[in-house]
Amino acid sequence: MEKKLLLGDEAIALGAIHAGLSGVYAYPGTPSTEITEFIQADAVAKERGIHSRWCTNEKTAMEAALGMSYAGKRALVCMKHVGMNVCADAFVNSAITGVNGGLIVLAADDPSMHSSQNEQDSRFYAKFAMVPVFEPSNQQEAYDMVSDAFELSERLKEPVVLRVVTRLAHSRAAVAVGKQKDENPLVPAQESWVLLPGIARKKYAELLEKQSAMMEAANKSIYNKVEKGGANKLGIIACGIAYNYVKEAVGDDANIVKVSQYPLPTDKIKALAAENDAVIVVEDGQPVVEEQVAGILGANYDIKGRLTGDLPRTGELTPDNVAKALGKSTGSAFSDAKNLAGRPPQLCQGCGHRDVYTALNKVLSEYPDYRIFGDIGCYTLGALPPFKALASCVDMGASITMAKGAADAGLFPAVAIIGDSTFTHSGMTGLLDAVNDKSNITVVISDNLTTGMTGGQDSAGTNKYEAICLGIGVEPEHVRVVVPLPKNMEEITKVIREEIEYKGVSVIIPRRECMQTLQRHLREAKKAKEAKK
Amino acid sequence: MKKDIILCGVGGQGILSIATVIGEAATEAGLNLKQAEVHGMSQRGGDVQSNLRLSTETIYSDLISLGKTDVVISMEPMESLRYLPYLAADGTIVTSSKPFINIPNYPDEGELMAELDNLPHVVKVDIDKIAHETGNLRGANMVLLGMAAPFIEIVTVDQLREAIKVVFARKGQAIVDSNLKAFDAGVNEVK
Repeated sequence: MEKKLLLGDEAIALGAIHAGLSGVYAYPGTPSTEITEFIQADAVAKERGIHSRWCTNEKTAMEAALGMSYAGKRALVCMKHVGMNVCADAFVNSAITGVNGGLIVLAADDPSMHSSQNEQDSRFYAKFAMVPVFEPSNQQEAYDMVSDAFELSERLKEPVVLRVVTRLAHSRAAVAVGKQKDENPLVPAQESWVLLPGIARKKYAELLEKQSAMMEAANKSIYNKVEKGGANKLGIIACGIAYNYVKEAVGDDANIVKVSQYPLPTDKIKALAAENDAVIVVEDGQPVVEEQVAGILGANYDIKGRLTGDLPRTGELTPDNVAKALGKSTGSAFSDAKNLAGRPPQLCQGCGHRDVYTALNKVLSEYPDYRIFGDIGCYTLGALPPFKALASCVDMGASITMAKGAADAGLFPAVAIIGDSTFTHSGMTGLLDAVNDKSNITVVISDNLTTGMTGGQDSAGTNKYEAICLGIGVEPEHVRVVVPLPKNMEEITKVIREEIEYKGVSVIIPRRECMQTLQRHLREAKKAKEAKK
Repeated sequence: MKKDIILCGVGGQGILSIATVIGEAATEAGLNLKQAEVHGMSQRGGDVQSNLRLSTETIYSDLISLGKTDVVISMEPMESLRYLPYLAADGTIVTSSKPFINIPNYPDEGELMAELDNLPHVVKVDIDKIAHETGNLRGANMVLLGMAAPFIEIVTVDQLREAIKVVFARKGQAIVDSNLKAFDAGVNEVK
């Protein structure tokens, strides 16, 4: 069998291609981005015409994937954990409609918030929607599970969540890849997916009926292994990647239930509890399983985990905190260095966002009570020195609507700064609210022609921003385009000053290509030129 | 046998290329491997690191435990100190000696170098200077890999040379040759 060195994300992508995938739908988000990028670059995927173009946001992605499933084909929708919030309406209701072709919802969680604003655990979403979850412990399982998840999805006619964490998504290991399956034929669903109350009640009852089959699948799952060998009487419930840290610490000398498929395999948990005096739940993310185990084993059983402080309540698991919780010690040979300073990420040299912040700070310093509401992307780094420009950064698109709300309250000047890709993701509807209310806000769409923070993916609205703003109803004389360069500072500050003074909605679009994609494009152009020679 | 390696530096300095080369050599040698990388926000001029684990046995954790790192390979001297709690008592730091200063509170250079010099096993060289001498300005990371090569042990210097050929093949023979030259200069530096 052929072995390939793959990131967890790449293993999922290749697993999906080999499992007869017909389309991946996604919006870029760390640590999930590389899945879609892998499929976009894969020769087999190209040849088969697998859909892989980026979507405008996670909700459009989820709905398109559900549509592909309705038509009978296998679809994969990928997002970072907070993307689950964006697509939640479609996701939760896809469990009510059920699916036709296999549908996998890939959620990449980010414990420790390496590149995120919270640590939410997507297993909660799956439980809320009452659908199964696969949670691989390594890259090989990630590859294998995609095929199994599609099969389970088609057998139960329900979407299946595939949950990974950063350390799996972005870690590489050798993966044995197997045989390839053809795509499903086009056979649209025959039953109604119209969730009018009468039908929805019936469908919801069907979803409830399927719960026992989901439980049976989890209890029988090859991924939910039982290992016996521990001399002491502490049973270990090791979920997903946590299994690796447990094995690193205790080797074969432990009684373990490895959980990689949900709902929680209650039979195995109960058996583990019966054979031991206490259990410890080791899971990366929030104490989802720990809370459920308390329900299964009752209040009198000794359950340890993140809630009891045996493991840290927040942050990702490490081989060290897991070893400590299991009574094994790891430790440093050297203490922390003395000559060491933090090195936070920063905007690239020459980045257009820098010029935008320089101009905004210059003009707004003339107003005592200004606030700049920020958004999610590279330009969030404008919150850090030297700019220290932002009052907020909450969720995709919130800059515009928060500026609007603050302006409604009387705050002036209320300025929003949002990137081009974030604007089309979730900013457009907020702008319409502002236009309808004639809110006194100034919106800066800092357009670098790409989705920068995640590595330069295509941005859905490129070349359409003026048209979108005009279509939404911003007055033509208050849609202003500038080129953010130091030499244009006089003009940019003049435009900002004029639009702040305008009592209504204005949009300023500073537009200059991202330095990262510019360098990439220059390299490609040079290569193409050399190839011609 | 196992080798736990931390590769580190500042976003954009090319540590992932070093990881790719070692990974290729290890795979070719039939070793087990796990390599955890940092993607996303931190890549923008911030500190970056990659945990690279090589072993003849099964590797479970993607991350290296405290006090277990055999070699820290660093593109930047201060960054090499960031992972000191992870360095094994007999572990080695192989680092560029040239600070990359993009923060206002970078430590005093003299004190920083003194702290490095006080550690038991440190190799520090101006890799940019050597890269410049070989005529490959962008080859500093391959110079560093060459310097680290004797300490990686679990794959040989020759296996790393072969891996460079494979990894950079798609970029053309000229790039392969200049990277090999940089790598060899690094190897010679620590002989």
